[in-house]
Amino acid sequence: MAFVQNVPFFSIMLSMFSGIVSSILPGKAAKRLNTAVILVIGAASAWLLSWLMRTGGSFTFMMGHFPAPWGNEIRAGALEAGMALFFCVIMLLSMLGGRKKLFDEVEVTKHNIYYILTDLLLSSLLALVYTNDLFTAYVFVEINTIAACGLIMIRQNGRTIEAAVRYMIMSLLGSGLLLMGICMLYDLTGHLLMSNIKESVAAIMAAGTYQIPLTITIGLVTVGLAIKSALFPFHAWLPDAYGYSTVSSAAMLSSLVSKGYIFLLIKIFYCVVGFDIIVGSKIPNVLFLFGLSGMIFGSISAIWEKDIRRMIAFSSVAQIGYIYMGFGLGTTEGMVASIFHILAHAATKSLLFVSAIGLTDVSAGSRNFFDLTGSAYRNKVAGVGFSVGAMSMVGIPLFSGFVSKLLFAEAAVMHPTHKMMPTLIVLAVSTILNAIYFLKTVVRIYVPEKREVEAEKGYFTMKAGQQRLYTITIILFILINLVLGMMSEPIIGIIETGLIHFI
Amino acid sequence: MFGSNLLPNLGEVVAMILFGIGFANLLLQKNLIKKIIGLNIMDTAVYLFLAIKGYIEGRSAPIVVDGVQEVEAYINPIPSGLVLTGIVVSVSVTALMLSLTVRLYKRYHTLDLDEISSRLKKEGI
Repeated sequence: MAFVQNVPFFSIMLSMFSGIVSSILPGKAAKRLNTAVILVIGAASAWLLSWLMRTGGSFTFMMGHFPAPWGNEIRAGALEAGMALFFCVIMLLSMLGGRKKLFDEVEVTKHNIYYILTDLLLSSLLALVYTNDLFTAYVFVEINTIAACGLIMIRQNGRTIEAAVRYMIMSLLGSGLLLMGICMLYDLTGHLLMSNIKESVAAIMAAGTYQIPLTITIGLVTVGLAIKSALFPFHAWLPDAYGYSTVSSAAMLSSLVSKGYIFLLIKIFYCVVGFDIIVGSKIPNVLFLFGLSGMIFGSISAIWEKDIRRMIAFSSVAQIGYIYMGFGLGTTEGMVASIFHILAHAATKSLLFVSAIGLTDVSAGSRNFFDLTGSAYRNKVAGVGFSVGAMSMVGIPLFSGFVSKLLFAEAAVMHPTHKMMPTLIVLAVSTILNAIYFLKTVVRIYVPEKREVEAEKGYFTMKAGQQRLYTITIILFILINLVLGMMSEPIIGIIETGLIHFI
Repeated sequence: MFGSNLLPNLGEVVAMILFGIGFANLLLQKNLIKKIIGLNIMDTAVYLFLAIKGYIEGRSAPIVVDGVQEVEAYINPIPSGLVLTGIVVSVSVTALMLSLTVRLYKRYHTLDLDEISSRLKKEGI
C-alpha cells in the first residue's frame, strides 16, 4: 500500500481533531489552526489526486482490521480526491473573504466556536466524500447539519435564530427520510457497505423480486437528500439562512453544505444502487421536473427580491435546479454536466456572497437594491468581483457558468428521448431570467451616485490598499472562475475518469 | 391474497404509521415543542423498524453466557448497533432544537413559529 493512500483517513481525522483542540484554544490560535488545517488537507488532496491520475483507478481503505463485509471502509478515486481539494480551496477563500466581517458581527468570545464549527463542517464534508459505508454517511450527514446550523446562528439576532430553526426542521425531515431509506435498503440487502449493497441489488433485480420496496427505498433516499440540498419545492428555509448569516457562513452554506449532500446522492446513484437501475426506476424523471421548475421559479423569485443577499440566495435555488435537471436527464453526459456545475456554482456563488458584502459595507450597511447605486465605484474590488460572478452565473464565455451551460445543452441534444426540447427551452428561458436580475444589479452598482446623496447617507470609499486580504481573496476567486471557464478540458477529464471508476 | 402479509409484518406496519405521524407533526405543527415531539416519534419509529427487522423469533441476545456459540442461537446484532448510533444522533439533534427553542422563546415569548416570522417581518431588520 502506498503511503499516499492514507490521505483520506488522515484528512478526516485531522480536521475533526483540530475542531476538538480548538475548543480549548483562544480565538486567534483557533483561526491559525483552522487555516493551517485547511491548507494541509488541500495540499494532501492535491497529492492524492495527482497520484490517482497517474496510476488510474480507485482504492478502498480498511478502517481497523476487519475485512470487507464487517469492517468500515473508505474509498477514494479521482472524483473524490478532486472534490476534497475543491472543497478545501473554496472553504479557505470563503473564510478569508469573510474574516473582517466576522469580527464585526460575532462576539469575540464566540470566535473559537466558529472555527470549531468550520473544522467539523470540513471533516463531515470529507467523510461524505470518501466514505464507503451508508450508515457512516448518515451520521456525517447529521454532523454536517448541526455544524451548518451553528454557522447560521453564530451571528445572534432574531432573524438568524428563526432561520436556523427553519433550516433544522427541513433538514431533519430530510434526514428522517434518508435514515428510513437506508434502513430499508439494509433490510433488502443485508449490507451497509456500498459495494456489497450494489452486488445484492443487482441480484435482487436479476431475480425480479422486491421491485416495489426497492423503488420506494430509492425514492426515500433521493427525496431525503433533495430536501436537504434545497431542491425547488423544499427551499423555503434557504433565503433567510443564506441572507442573514455572516458572510463566510453564507458562502460556505451555499457552496459546500448543499453540495456535500448532492455528492452523496451521486455516490448513492453510482456506487450503491447502480446507475442503470436508477434510470430504470423512473425517479430521475421526477427530479427532472422539479429541477426544471426550480430553474424558472428560483429565478423569478430572485427578480422580485429587493435585498441583494436574498437575491443571491434565490439564485442558488435556480442553480440547484440546474444540477438536479442534469441528474434527471439520466445519461452520463448529464451527470458530467451536473458535477461540473457543482464546481462552477460553488466557485461563483461564494464569490458573489463575498463581493456583495463589500458592496453593502460601503453603502452604510444597507442591502437594499436601490441603495447600492454607484457602490462599485466606492469599492472597486468588490464591484469587479460581483460583475465577474454575475457574468459567470448568466453564462458569458470565459467564465465557468458558460462551460456548465454548454455541457447541459450538449447533454440535452445528445439525449435519446423527448427530454431534449424541454431542457433546451427551459435552459434558454432561465438564462434570460438570470441575465435580467444579475445584469440589472451590475448596471445598478455602476451607475454613479450624486455626491450630496453619498455624503448625506454616510457612504464612504474603500480602496484596495485598505483591505488587502479581501482584495487577494477576490482576485483568487476570479482566477478560479477563469480556470474553470477556460481550462475546463482537464477538469472534465477528471470528472469522466472519476465516474468510470465509480462503477 | 391481499392483506395476507399484514399480520406477519404487523410491527413494521406500526413502525411505518408512527413514522408518518411523526413526519406530519414535524412538518405541520405550528408549536415548536410539538414539532420536536414529532421529530422524536419519527426517529423512534425508525428504531422500532430496525429492532423488529433484527429480531428473529425464538432466539436470544448475542451474549455468550452458557457456552452456546452457534449462529442459529442468536438474533442479528447489527440493527441493535444501528439503533444505538441513531439514538445518539437523535438525542443531540433534539438537544440542539430545544436550545434553539429556548432562545426564540426568551426573545419573543411565544412558541408559534409563524407568529415569530410575522413579527420579524414587522421588525424588518
